Amino acid sequence: MTTLLPDLTTTPYDVEAIRRDFAVLSREVNGRPLVYLDNASSTHKPRQVLDAERAFVEQHYSNVHRGVHTLSQEATAAYEAARATVAAFIGAQHDEVVFTKNVTESLNLVAYSLGNPGSPMTLGHGDEIVVTEMEHHSNLVPWQMLCERTGATLKWFGLTDDGRLDLADGVITERTKVVAFVHQSNLLGTVNPLPELVRMAKAVGALTVVDAAQSVPHMPIDVAALGVDLFAFTGHKMLGPTGVGVLWGRNELLSSLPPFMGGGSMIEVVEMAGSTYAPAPERFEAGTPAISQAIGLAAACDYLGAIGLDRIAAHEAALTATLLDGLRRISGVRVIGPDSMESRGSAVSFVVDGVHPHDVGQTLDEIGIAVRVGHHCAAPVCKRYGVPATTRASSYAYNTEAEIDTLLDGIEHVKRFWGVS
Amino acid sequence: MSESLYQEIILDHYRNPHHKGLREPFEAEVHHVNPTCGDEVTVRVHVADGVVKDVSYDGVGCSISQASTSVMTDLVIGRPVDEAMSKADAFLELMQSKGTLEPDEDALEDGIAFAGVSRYPARVKCALLGWMAWKDATAQALAATEKEAS
Repeated sequence: MTTLLPDLTTTPYDVEAIRRDFAVLSREVNGRPLVYLDNASSTHKPRQVLDAERAFVEQHYSNVHRGVHTLSQEATAAYEAARATVAAFIGAQHDEVVFTKNVTESLNLVAYSLGNPGSPMTLGHGDEIVVTEMEHHSNLVPWQMLCERTGATLKWFGLTDDGRLDLADGVITERTKVVAFVHQSNLLGTVNPLPELVRMAKAVGALTVVDAAQSVPHMPIDVAALGVDLFAFTGHKMLGPTGVGVLWGRNELLSSLPPFMGGGSMIEVVEMAGSTYAPAPERFEAGTPAISQAIGLAAACDYLGAIGLDRIAAHEAALTATLLDGLRRISGVRVIGPDSMESRGSAVSFVVDGVHPHDVGQTLDEIGIAVRVGHHCAAPVCKRYGVPATTRASSYAYNTEAEIDTLLDGIEHVKRFWGVS
Repeated sequence: MSESLYQEIILDHYRNPHHKGLREPFEAEVHHVNPTCGDEVTVRVHVADGVVKDVSYDGVGCSISQASTSVMTDLVIGRPVDEAMSKADAFLELMQSKGTLEPDEDALEDGIAFAGVSRYPARVKCALLGWMAWKDATAQALAATEKEAS
């Protein structure tokens, strides 16, 4: 398989060259050029990712593991090579990378495993699990359910008025067993102080679980250096396919966790009376995995790596600064989340006074601009800031300054259309 | 495109909603939410002698949900419950038509302005929020009055 990667490491950031790899970015929506600013929800895929998947499916596809025939061996080799590529992308060992369906499955895997027989920790009345008020539902509801099953208590860090974590004393205590938090908020854009949270958790011997869905696509990550225990991200938010996500865990920790789902591939010896389980990562990959999607994800890692995550982060920071600056100049628009570039990512939520976010999003769509509206699967955040929903624009490697200007003009158009200017 | 979704009639009802505010008397009150967008509506129904005597409501939400609820009150207040229910069914049918149905202006009056909404699957739930709340409240009101009568 040959994939042509953009040679962008030594040249200035050439966003137009990147855009040419994404066919969808040339299409029109409602008679206008598409301006795609819904990347925090899902990103588009470059032809290199599509080519890698297609080449694999056309020439090497079979089910992975155990097969003796040529295609099965080739498919297994490609699948495991994809695992190694994804692992290298985040500075991990290949056997520390578990392929899941998405972040939701990764986090449910952890929350169920910790409560299952054989868990390295016992959870019950008096034990505490700590999250934050800015979690996506996928890093909140599984912990609520774990607390229901075990009798443990859920606690959380609240938020400050400017969209930061309020790291108050007394939330993490000697009774805290797990600290689960989002690295970068999908709604607020806030990048949380991961080292500080890890230090606080380690001080009481608590396990750290990180929702990295919004950070891995947008910043260089060396997961081994972060000091966290478990770390989840997903393919479709980083130019890869849907249906494939990742759970990373330190080798010795993964080895000590009991399975989440039972079935094929995750076993060692199966007898009618009981079974033993394969070592990690296979222990956590019951059933036929998303094979071609994993190969697509590896191609996405290669693509992002060829551009450079530091360069993507710098590009996004420039776009985000332009957006925040422009929003400040529009009366009646309020940013929900940090209004500065300090520790923030490219997801920018805002409200337009007098226009419901649904109507903002619909009116922008009519001029070709794709943003997301609603509570962004983080309903408690909306409640915290007293809004039913927000409009969120989120940029990525392929967005341009001109697109941000189009969005800002679009918001002025929204205000005129709804008579709130 | 804006002409097809945001008809002037819809914008008028959104800016100047009819029958808004919660009133007495009522036999049933319901609170419905659209969990995907946070729109919500509280609807009270007063039914007597088989007639919808009053529908009052309060809510927050997008233009489509608020305007649709306003139009709904125009269409059902003062009508026999059976007739009002058939209007609800006609509106539901229109919303499920994906833009293929020619709306019946005699039956739906201002409600025909929502025909374009049926082409926007994400917004159909918004348009139905108030109607579904009204049907729910009316069913509860009828059950309550039957219970009282028996």
